[in-house]
Amino acid sequence: MPTYRDASSELIASDIDAYLLEHEHKSLLRFITCGSVDDGKSTLIGRLLYESQMVFEDQLAALHHDSKTSGTQGGELDLALLVDGLAAEREQGITIDVAYRFFSTEKRKFIVADTPGHEQYTRNMVTGASTADLAIILVDARRGVLTQTRRHSFLVSLLGITKVVLAVNKIDAVDYSQAVVEQIDADYRAFAEGIGLTDIVTIPTSALKGDNVLTRSANTPWYDGPTLLGHLEVVPSTEQTQHGPFRMPVQWVSRPDLDFRGFAGQIAGGQVRPGDAVRILPSGRVSTVARIVTMDGGLEQAQAPQSITLTLTDDVDVSRGDVLAAADDAPEVADEFEATVVWMGEAELQPGRPYLLKTGARTVTATLSTPDHKVDVNTMEQLPAQTLALNEIGVCTVKLDRAVPFDPYTVNRDLGGFIVIDRLSNNTVGAGMLRRAVRGSDNVHWQATDVGKSSHSALKGQHPCVVWFTGVPSSGKSTIANLVEQRLFAQGRHTYLLDGDNVRHGLNRDLGFSAPERVENIRRVGEVAQLMVDAGLIVLVTLVSPYRAERDAVRARLEPGEFFEVFVDAPLAVVQARDPKGLYRKAAAGEATGVTGVDAPYEAPLTPELHLLTAELSATEASDTVLRTLAAAGILDL
Amino acid sequence: MTTLTHLQRLEAESISILRDAVSESQKPVMMYSIGKDSAVMLHLAQKAFFPGALPFPLLHVDTTWKFQDMYTLRNKKAAEIGADLIVHKNPEAVRLGINPFDHGSAVHTDIWKTEGLKQALEAGGFDLAFGGARRDEEKSRAKERIFSVRSKEHRWDPKQQRPELWRLYNARVHPGESIRCFPLSNWTELDIWQYISQQGIEIVPLYFAAERPVVDRDGTLIMVDDARFRFLPGEQPMTRKVRFRTLGCYPLSGAIESEADTLSGVIQEMLLATTSERQGRLIDHDSRASMEKKKQEGYF
Repeated sequence: MPTYRDASSELIASDIDAYLLEHEHKSLLRFITCGSVDDGKSTLIGRLLYESQMVFEDQLAALHHDSKTSGTQGGELDLALLVDGLAAEREQGITIDVAYRFFSTEKRKFIVADTPGHEQYTRNMVTGASTADLAIILVDARRGVLTQTRRHSFLVSLLGITKVVLAVNKIDAVDYSQAVVEQIDADYRAFAEGIGLTDIVTIPTSALKGDNVLTRSANTPWYDGPTLLGHLEVVPSTEQTQHGPFRMPVQWVSRPDLDFRGFAGQIAGGQVRPGDAVRILPSGRVSTVARIVTMDGGLEQAQAPQSITLTLTDDVDVSRGDVLAAADDAPEVADEFEATVVWMGEAELQPGRPYLLKTGARTVTATLSTPDHKVDVNTMEQLPAQTLALNEIGVCTVKLDRAVPFDPYTVNRDLGGFIVIDRLSNNTVGAGMLRRAVRGSDNVHWQATDVGKSSHSALKGQHPCVVWFTGVPSSGKSTIANLVEQRLFAQGRHTYLLDGDNVRHGLNRDLGFSAPERVENIRRVGEVAQLMVDAGLIVLVTLVSPYRAERDAVRARLEPGEFFEVFVDAPLAVVQARDPKGLYRKAAAGEATGVTGVDAPYEAPLTPELHLLTAELSATEASDTVLRTLAAAGILDL
Repeated sequence: MTTLTHLQRLEAESISILRDAVSESQKPVMMYSIGKDSAVMLHLAQKAFFPGALPFPLLHVDTTWKFQDMYTLRNKKAAEIGADLIVHKNPEAVRLGINPFDHGSAVHTDIWKTEGLKQALEAGGFDLAFGGARRDEEKSRAKERIFSVRSKEHRWDPKQQRPELWRLYNARVHPGESIRCFPLSNWTELDIWQYISQQGIEIVPLYFAAERPVVDRDGTLIMVDDARFRFLPGEQPMTRKVRFRTLGCYPLSGAIESEADTLSGVIQEMLLATTSERQGRLIDHDSRASMEKKKQEGYF
């Protein structure tokens, strides 16, 4: 079999200087391999090393020896043994940590993060994925897309890797069947697109036999795509951040003498030139880049991820941890965030406990809230959680003791990624990805108004309130609320119906159906309802609003007696039979996910003002009950 | 905008690691072994803190048995860049006259290097030490972190390694514990050679082939570097054109016969070679998992 060493060895032998010149211009690709022991992951990496001739004769001799004593290929050369590193792992026959491997071809140098695939090693995989440009997801052709495949893909997506190679491995064991590969490809794409992975290249391989790893296999004449290495050599590796606005966390303030004051760091985004205006964060001061200083001389331009030293034209105050950014496109500064957190500590997360948080070149004190939810890494289902244990992933609110500059992780990994350090053990116990700032109210002040709620309601001759209809889809919320509003209107009451479907066309059209988006949906509707109460209106809200905590939060914002929680309740079988929007039918057909009551949670009210069992009540009867309740509470008295 | 080459990206990463480590530690030090990896690491450190001087001293844990060429370059380089050079020789080893001829490679390495290093780090109160190790050198190194925590006893526990994500390194330690920081983790031997060539970094001449006096010990060529060499009965030094792929204590470093007397010649030989770098290092052959064992005991 031809190898890369063979291909280039002639040039090495005949003209080493020409060879070296060629190799100076290689680019770098970092990738992660995801799969379990059984998928042939170690064998695949072993083959890449072996065939790109990164294995020397003495290592090969050791490999032959090890293959006989502890190999799994019946004494045949076991390539997996090349990469199974620690002695303990060799004995157990599993990989338990992240190992980094290196090989290069004429076009590229590669750094491979080799991580274990089991659920209990989620933190290791997340670690390996954090620096990868691309992920190879291995699937055993005989077994297809499995739970672990989904888990690995979810983690890859979570860490912001967009390029995926689906290696359908052990293709020799299914007689090189095109149909098998096409089925796995279709299954995988159907799932992957749902988690935002769309740049997928599927390659049928046999790591054991070498098919389509380096050389095109004669066994798969129906496959006309690239070989695995062929693809890895050409896939773009340019860091996304190179194209964004300029960002550089200051790692080191260089003051060798009184005349020089430079700010050293690794560019985390975009590029910079002398003369560029930069904003210093968090202070917000603006200055201009004077020079880009390196030991090799001044630069006309520098780009991510170069390490440089900048001097500025003004004598401004800059410290380690500050961020220099494009003046007209600077990151936000905030001290409270919503973040996805991966817990890596043996001891579980203690919400409210002060931890250290490192982001960019800055370490601050941070507390994490009780998780809004955690995510089942196998099903991606969002589950309620009080804490996060080792390897669990959840969404938390992170509060810092001071404001820091940041970009959302999806925009810039360096300005949006952070680690959590335990103050007592000094261990790294978590890692997280900032999603967005939670708007602090420090700099926002109330403007007093003279015409208040009591004036508004007096004019209308009614007590304003919110009647909040909650329940699963098709339980009857809108139908009942509509009737209630018609009858109040007929009585000359000033009302407004805030419909959950309608607000998603305008006010909340940027929100989807994930848990945090639902939380935000409820919060916004609650805010609007409160404003309308201030305006003196009787506000009817129809919103699935599945979370108890968010409904209670709306109640807490209103005055006592202004919030009427109406639990519109019907058995699943009844709502599925009604199904006017076809939602349950789609859910059953697998066309819709996240349907409340089916595969998304609904937290029923514990003490609602009204509990309407709509399987037993007509809409008219139900609306009667609502009106009687409002009357009894004195809402309609004035 | 251009795509950075792999060497540019490696350089940027190493410089970033060096700056972060210095910022996050109280008293850092750089291990300086005078080999080619050390030379590259020192060069990167100069770049990281330019135009300033190195914000840490260099530490050479001396065994007194290094090649004379190494001592020459060490002193020259330190003077040239104005570095604060600490040379530590284990006084116990000096007193006992530990040497590879009488005591064997294992005892020699343990007392001079492993024990000597611990003494030097403790004496200096260093909480972070840079080392030039690379992950591609050996299998157990592949899992080494860039920032590796060592206990008060300088032990490395593979089960207590901290997760290392993105470019966020955790250098926090308790009093007495320390960090070994490896800025060259992601470099390969070829990267090192290419960078030396590209940057014109000065290395010990022993890496280039020249006529040198050697003896053949069971197929390993050992250079007769000074008068302390112990000949076996009847043994005579012979002149061979040799060079070294790795440098350590001269009685423990195997030379290879070679015609490569230029950098490109050395790289050419390396690329066409069929044995891995560490085979010339005699200490690795004790047992299959020996490096892992040495690391647990505190060897760099």
